[in-house]
Amino acid sequence: MHDVAHDDSKGQYFWVWGALLVLTAVEVWLGYKQIFEPVHMLEILLILSIIKSALIIGYFMHLKFEKALMRWMLVISVTACFIIMYFFFFPDADRILRLGVK
Amino acid sequence: MSDAAAAHHGLPGEYEAPLFGAYSKKVGMWLFLASDSLTFGALLFAFSYNRIYTVPWPTPFHAESIANATVMTACLLSSSLTMVLGVFAAQRGDRAWTRNWLLATMAFGTAFIVLHGMEWTKLIGEGLTVPGFMTVLGVSNSGATGELADISKNVPQFAQAFFGLTAMHMLHVTIGVIYLGVIAFRKWFLPVLGVIWIAAAFLIPSGNVFHYPVNILGGGLILAAIILFLKPKDYDAHDVEVCGLYWHFVDLVWMFIFPLVYLMSTKV
Repeated sequence: MHDVAHDDSKGQYFWVWGALLVLTAVEVWLGYKQIFEPVHMLEILLILSIIKSALIIGYFMHLKFEKALMRWMLVISVTACFIIMYFFFFPDADRILRLGVK
Repeated sequence: MSDAAAAHHGLPGEYEAPLFGAYSKKVGMWLFLASDSLTFGALLFAFSYNRIYTVPWPTPFHAESIANATVMTACLLSSSLTMVLGVFAAQRGDRAWTRNWLLATMAFGTAFIVLHGMEWTKLIGEGLTVPGFMTVLGVSNSGATGELADISKNVPQFAQAFFGLTAMHMLHVTIGVIYLGVIAFRKWFLPVLGVIWIAAAFLIPSGNVFHYPVNILGGGLILAAIILFLKPKDYDAHDVEVCGLYWHFVDLVWMFIFPLVYLMSTKV
């Protein structure tokens, strides 16, 4: 068990919490300012959300501290499923975007 | 926690080392969360597809809604921190602080549900509805006029996507709060949940969208009672950690719903 080591570094979880709040504030600021077109805004918000989810999965859910086999199997399998979903959902949406719809 | 190997005494052929270096409950919860992430993934993909495909996309969320959703986000993020602290307390064997932190997590989760419920009620009151579905729930506001009523008529996929996605998430948060209550207080949580259910069922007026869905609490009460009857036990640090995984997942999903659903539909 290496949980005692986690307990010693409890402060890192407060840092992660703070980082998540700051990233949320950035998202809200972008939402208020609306300086990007919707499609670019969607991309930026998705990137910020992926960073936030990586922090939650890695630290709060402790996946960072699990065995490499479990870590990679979960990440690769879920990511593969999302890529397959992308192929189902988005080709038509991409076509609409190429036609010039903002 | 890679502690399942602790049960491995080195006797040849007696035990097989766990493949993932984790106890089975935790692997089971991870697999459930992986499958649940696909459910939410499909809903979020559908929402994003609608968002790109529908022109013009409605922007009904103004400063007040965004402020409300930001507070809800802060509640969930803070609940994840208190959950982590609860897991640490459980691993130390500190039962009092485990309960305190789990109670704090439940309080943040309940605050999220209440704020979300108030927002839903306000939006429906202003005319944002899903045709047909709201009638089943006993919510009728066909006479509503204004921006949200127009959106319901002209871009019905907005209300369908919004209510579908947020209802699914709210259901997960509700289940999470009940799960935390069972882990923290075991059978002592059942009468509390029963009182909350009965009080909510009487207090929520019949015209409110939550008048019938509040009975989910009754379903949760019956399910929790069956689980506690079939397997009465004192939940340990492993159970708290597994419950924490579920709770963090609920938080994680909101990190996508908040920007995609709210911030992408904002007009300040």
